[in-house]
Amino acid sequence: MGRGGDAANPHPVQTRRLSRLRCVDKAQLDREFSDLYRAHLRDVYSYAYYRVGNHHDAEDLTEQTFLQAYRHYERALRESDGRPLRPWLIRIAHNLAANLYRDRARKPQTPIEDTGALSAMHTTEDLVEGRDELARILVGVKELPDDRREALIMRFALGMDNREIARAMGRTDGATKVLIHRAIKQLEEIVATRGGVT
Amino acid sequence: MSDHAADIEGLLRQAFKPVEPPESLSMRLETTLQELTDLAAEELESWELRSMRDPRNWVRPVAAAAIGTAAGAGLVVIRVRSQHRKQRKHVQGIELAERTVKAAADEVKRLVDRF
Repeated sequence: MGRGGDAANPHPVQTRRLSRLRCVDKAQLDREFSDLYRAHLRDVYSYAYYRVGNHHDAEDLTEQTFLQAYRHYERALRESDGRPLRPWLIRIAHNLAANLYRDRARKPQTPIEDTGALSAMHTTEDLVEGRDELARILVGVKELPDDRREALIMRFALGMDNREIARAMGRTDGATKVLIHRAIKQLEEIVATRGGVT
Repeated sequence: MSDHAADIEGLLRQAFKPVEPPESLSMRLETTLQELTDLAAEELESWELRSMRDPRNWVRPVAAAAIGTAAGAGLVVIRVRSQHRKQRKHVQGIELAERTVKAAADEVKRLVDRF
């Protein structure tokens, strides 16, 4: 055995050095995470808002997303291999939103937590400031299956490209391209059926 | 892609404009993250202190000093023997013993001075 100790029982000098290194690493990680947070807070909030349809749940979802991201940031950074982390953040939000819907669906007896109320995007239309055609688009988007709706949110609210959306949704690039294409086609049909776009 | 699809995409871009998070959310999140960072730093510091207080961690420096001393003594013996070989041709008997003791003492003194 060397003089430097081992992982189970480190030498005190090694312990101090390790501790300092960990402090430096941790401080660096925290700074990087702060940058990530500042860069993508609006993306995560926008995604959450269009996903759940109201500010209250969107705030909770955004908060939980960043807390979970903070816990797993070091590993994500290691595994990202230099790729952008926005898809990873959106994937966390996507999973948390799915959990939120699932948990609330299990407790339908509480009126305030009714899934119907949750899925009603009653405030998102306010964002389009009374423009009928945009409101019709948002109403049409609500009728899409979840995965198609999410893909459109990522593409048009967050400006993500196919590769980013694929990573966020855990699909291949090709499957994502097809998904978005079908979502737009279906939306076209819905809007046409409802009276078209002027 | 059809013109209609292009229209729909244009409308989607307008409809899905990014939503600014409320100021209260940013402040709450930043406070929470700062608290987590501070907690993590405190945890590291207490881990270091706990580690230094653990007597099991003191054994290693003592062992390291003992190994260093033994290595120093070994060095003395090797150097003295080396000098012996040079002198053996010229000196005999008790004179050799005296020279050996003196050489060992000089070597130890040299090592002590060095450390």
